[in-house]
Amino acid sequence: MAVTLMKGNEAIGEAAIIAGCRHYFGYPITPQNELPAYMSMRLPKVGGTFLQAESEVAAINMVLGASAAGARVMTSSSSPGVSLKMEGISYLSGAELPAVVVNMMRGGPGLGNIAGAQGDYFQAVKGGGHGDYHCIVLAPNGVQELADLTVKAFDLADQYRIVVIILGDGFIGQMSEPITLPAPSGRVFDKSAWMLSGATGRDPHVIASMRLAPDDALAHLNARLQDKYRVIEKAECMWEKSQADDAEFLLVGFGLSARICRSSVSALRKAGVRAGLFRPITLWPFPSGELARAAAGKKKILVVEMNAGQMVEDVRLSVLSSVPVDFLGTLGGVTPSVDEIVERVRSYAR
Amino acid sequence: MPVETLQEKLVYGRPQVLADVPNHYCPGCGHGIIHKLLAQCIDELGIQQTTILVAPVGCSVLAYNYIKVDGCEAAHGRAPAVATGIKRVHPEATVIAYQGDGDLLAIGTAETIHAANRGEKITVIFVNNAIYGMTGGQMAPTTLQAQKTKTSPYGRNPADVGYPIRACELINTLDAPVFIERCAVSSVKGILKTKRAIMKGLRNQVEKKGYSFIEILSMCPTGWGMEPREAAAWVDSDMTPVFPLGNLRDR
Repeated sequence: MAVTLMKGNEAIGEAAIIAGCRHYFGYPITPQNELPAYMSMRLPKVGGTFLQAESEVAAINMVLGASAAGARVMTSSSSPGVSLKMEGISYLSGAELPAVVVNMMRGGPGLGNIAGAQGDYFQAVKGGGHGDYHCIVLAPNGVQELADLTVKAFDLADQYRIVVIILGDGFIGQMSEPITLPAPSGRVFDKSAWMLSGATGRDPHVIASMRLAPDDALAHLNARLQDKYRVIEKAECMWEKSQADDAEFLLVGFGLSARICRSSVSALRKAGVRAGLFRPITLWPFPSGELARAAAGKKKILVVEMNAGQMVEDVRLSVLSSVPVDFLGTLGGVTPSVDEIVERVRSYAR
Repeated sequence: MPVETLQEKLVYGRPQVLADVPNHYCPGCGHGIIHKLLAQCIDELGIQQTTILVAPVGCSVLAYNYIKVDGCEAAHGRAPAVATGIKRVHPEATVIAYQGDGDLLAIGTAETIHAANRGEKITVIFVNNAIYGMTGGQMAPTTLQAQKTKTSPYGRNPADVGYPIRACELINTLDAPVFIERCAVSSVKGILKTKRAIMKGLRNQVEKKGYSFIEILSMCPTGWGMEPREAAAWVDSDMTPVFPLGNLRDR
């Protein structure tokens, strides 16, 4: 396969088209504007629909309509815009509709700034919208993985009838790297049992999250959702381990932080400190079991995030008190440096 | 004439797509009439198998239980956005957004205006009863001046909360819509006119013409604290001066 130089945001767009996505609805916000621009250029050429919505709220509800109609559909935004999409994400989850939502995170809270950040972990992983639901959350750490995981995201969404969030950040979205475009997965999902297409030769279908009667109807829906989430937790955890087996100190990070951790591991190894990396690729489901196994016997875990400490809570829940967990975070769109990570780990060794 | 030679001829019956189930609407509510008209039009156009109905949040939140076509829930105010998504996937389908006044003109104003402005090839049926019925009778964007509701207990005061919004006139400022009409289901004559407007709005989709908007003034006896007959009279006496009936556009 040919190697192409692509920007992260554009790689998502091309990968989505490879995955069969022909409908995109979005609203401009920095730092993900290359993606809607790319879709507006490419989708009409492949018989698809690009629509710039009047708001993020409208965009996610257009996604809901298109998904209910059986299409592979995507929207993208950055932190403040994703907050607006939370209403629709909750409705999509309740109605068990597949969709792919990209969040190229920027500094928050509020309008924040336009630098890359990781402050939306809680929002993506712990809920964000109302009600008991989960989205599958994928955290790519480079342009190749952005493209590969985009193709996978559409399959996961269709397989489980769930919202899949691709949680990147402004830096990942903006960086250009040589990549090999992924191939289509070839998987086919039959939506004929539930999708809306007009009740030709069948009883009408209804797509709704509301359950009023009987009294326990909503409890049953929720129980089914929870059963589905347990299956996903078992089947779909993804992670990467690097130089972890013989390590005394384990660095844990996702996305861009994990890249910086990887460089830090190399620097530490050169300095004679046995450090390793554990990188969750799915943030929900969180690879707790695998992390606990990787962490067994380590002297210390250092969690590095571009926030005030969000994933670190899941790391602590995974290892409980078996290994001490330290945290290094950068705030407001600042990236951690290799030097400060190396210095922190060397302080453990001293 | 001997009785046995009489021929039976059915001149009126329940529309096929109107489900034969008890509905939850209050006595004297206009939704039942409007559902029946919509069902009649779907039957008469023969589009049962190609129609997709988007239900709002409001009293008609369960509309898909009463009209037997493919149905989709929408979050409050988002029906035009959901309908847009559906229509863009199935351009051959007849997609209807059925909405109330709070849904269409308060929380969903942006979706309303922009779907109209894009000329989405959908039909919007806007039931204006000047009140939030489902939540217990709060002030709506179309509540009349001095009208008392749960959240305007001293009467709507324009100096404080503005005047009722006229949806048809607002949409009539946009270039794309092909059909805009305001009707009322407060009289037999009005019901017949409403049916013609709905029919036109649906036919515009079948003929791939464009966006149609039908506003229907309707009764909410429970929310207004009136007897059904009184409520119908109030539509004619008090609502129509503020919301004049008639066709604003038919291309």
